[in-house]
Amino acid sequence: MKDRFNLYRFASPAVFYPLAGRMMPWFAAAAVIFGLAGLWLGMLVAPTDFQQGEGYRIIFIHVPASWMSMFIYLVMAFWAAIGLAFNTRLSGMMTAALAPTGALMAFLSLWTGAFWGKPMWGTWWVWDARLTSELILLFLYIGFLALTAAIDDVRRADKAGALLLLVGVVNVPIIYFSVKWWNTLHQGSSVNFAKSSMAETMLWGMLLMALCFWMYAIAVALARVRVIMLERERHTDWARAELARAGAEA
Amino acid sequence: MFKIILAVIGRDLKLALRRQADIVSALFFFVIVVSLFPLGVGPEPDLLRQLAPGVLWVAALLATMLSLPRLFADDFRDGTLEQLALAPHPLGLVVTGKVIAHWLVSGLPLALIAPVLGIQFDLSAEALAVLTLAILLGTPALSGIGAIGAALTLGLRGGGVLLSLLVLPLYIPVLIFGAGAVDATVSGLGGEGHLSLLIALTFAALGFAPWASAAALKIALE
Amino acid sequence: MIYWNSVGDFVAMGGYGLYVWGSFGVTALVMLLEPILVARRRKTTIALLKRQLRAEARTAERSPKA
Repeated sequence: MKDRFNLYRFASPAVFYPLAGRMMPWFAAAAVIFGLAGLWLGMLVAPTDFQQGEGYRIIFIHVPASWMSMFIYLVMAFWAAIGLAFNTRLSGMMTAALAPTGALMAFLSLWTGAFWGKPMWGTWWVWDARLTSELILLFLYIGFLALTAAIDDVRRADKAGALLLLVGVVNVPIIYFSVKWWNTLHQGSSVNFAKSSMAETMLWGMLLMALCFWMYAIAVALARVRVIMLERERHTDWARAELARAGAEA
Repeated sequence: MFKIILAVIGRDLKLALRRQADIVSALFFFVIVVSLFPLGVGPEPDLLRQLAPGVLWVAALLATMLSLPRLFADDFRDGTLEQLALAPHPLGLVVTGKVIAHWLVSGLPLALIAPVLGIQFDLSAEALAVLTLAILLGTPALSGIGAIGAALTLGLRGGGVLLSLLVLPLYIPVLIFGAGAVDATVSGLGGEGHLSLLIALTFAALGFAPWASAAALKIALE
Repeated sequence: MIYWNSVGDFVAMGGYGLYVWGSFGVTALVMLLEPILVARRRKTTIALLKRQLRAEARTAERSPKA
């Protein structure tokens, strides 16, 4: 039994806490490096877009933020499913750690979308299918945060939040297609954000920025999950030892 | 199986009829919200006709929300819910019964009174018929999805507001297809496509939601 | 290699300066603030938990056989 590689071991907070602490700086550093490279390519090297002028450069943050807002929701739903199926403590902590970052990404996607829309369409907000879905995704994040904040018992909060995430993830495609259908029926504006004829430097810039956002989200979520672990496991031996060590540093 | 569902429906209806004031208040809420809109936007018939489907549907969403917090709260308080959860028959069936009972006292009355309100908005007879049908077909989905939210927020402080935060975003497809059916009828495109999608949503919600609610209730009862 | 002729051109963004820098500025702000807030939460949490543990230890000392 002992020499068998055991995934469950990593799900134990006593093992995961120091592991997360060791991994976090690497992800943070990767985020900074990818970010600098992406900004260099996207903001300094890439030529202008002949249709949209310099305003197109907003996509270097808009697209990564939108991707991450959706991706984080999926990752949270994945952890939720694991948590409900195997009753692991780690999964609830992971969803709690990811949710604020996901909500911020959804907010950034909407904010940058508005700043892109103003010069392109002349209004800050258009009921475009994608923007509307992003807004609803933000509502779903807020619902999750509000529900888990309202429940005092941590175990119940984890499970209720996990169930809400699964219900949400089943509904997201239905919502997306209904909004899309609504949008075409009302002949609203549909937008092509990223043209397929994008210059190669632009594509590379966007890819690097997406990697930057991804690494950033992992680093922040790891940092947050460590705090949550300390809060929840304060009566265990490893948390006491960790608290003593953290006090010596400060 | 149907025996259990029918028994729960019968019991919940009996309890609901003892509190008729709740049913009537939700209905009047619907009437008042809908009647406020012409006062807010002006009485031009063309504008009202255009707004009617959306206004009536949004008001219907809000009106069904009103009675949701009580869906499980009373049974939770007096311990009935715990008994039901321990009983040998699956809790999902019990919830199915409760959802149907909730629809009978919340969605059904809305559908019956909606055409009267539609007249205020100068809708044609055909549009009124589609509106009634759409609310009739769509509100069961609202009761079903709402039950998940009611179960998740069971016994929490500020549960009512929280419930609306959780449930309203999930109501959006029903709103789109429900209002869309009336819209399409008004503009002469025909609302059949919307109505069939609405039926699909209702069946999906009624099949899936009671079991999700049952899981949420078990979490709340732990 | 660099596309811009001057710093002024870069700041002006071809007339889209407000929109481009409005988006990048808020994004940068959020991505700086979030880690700072997490770090602050970590610090306050550790301080709070240590105080709690110390209080618990003291009550345990006072009544050795609880």
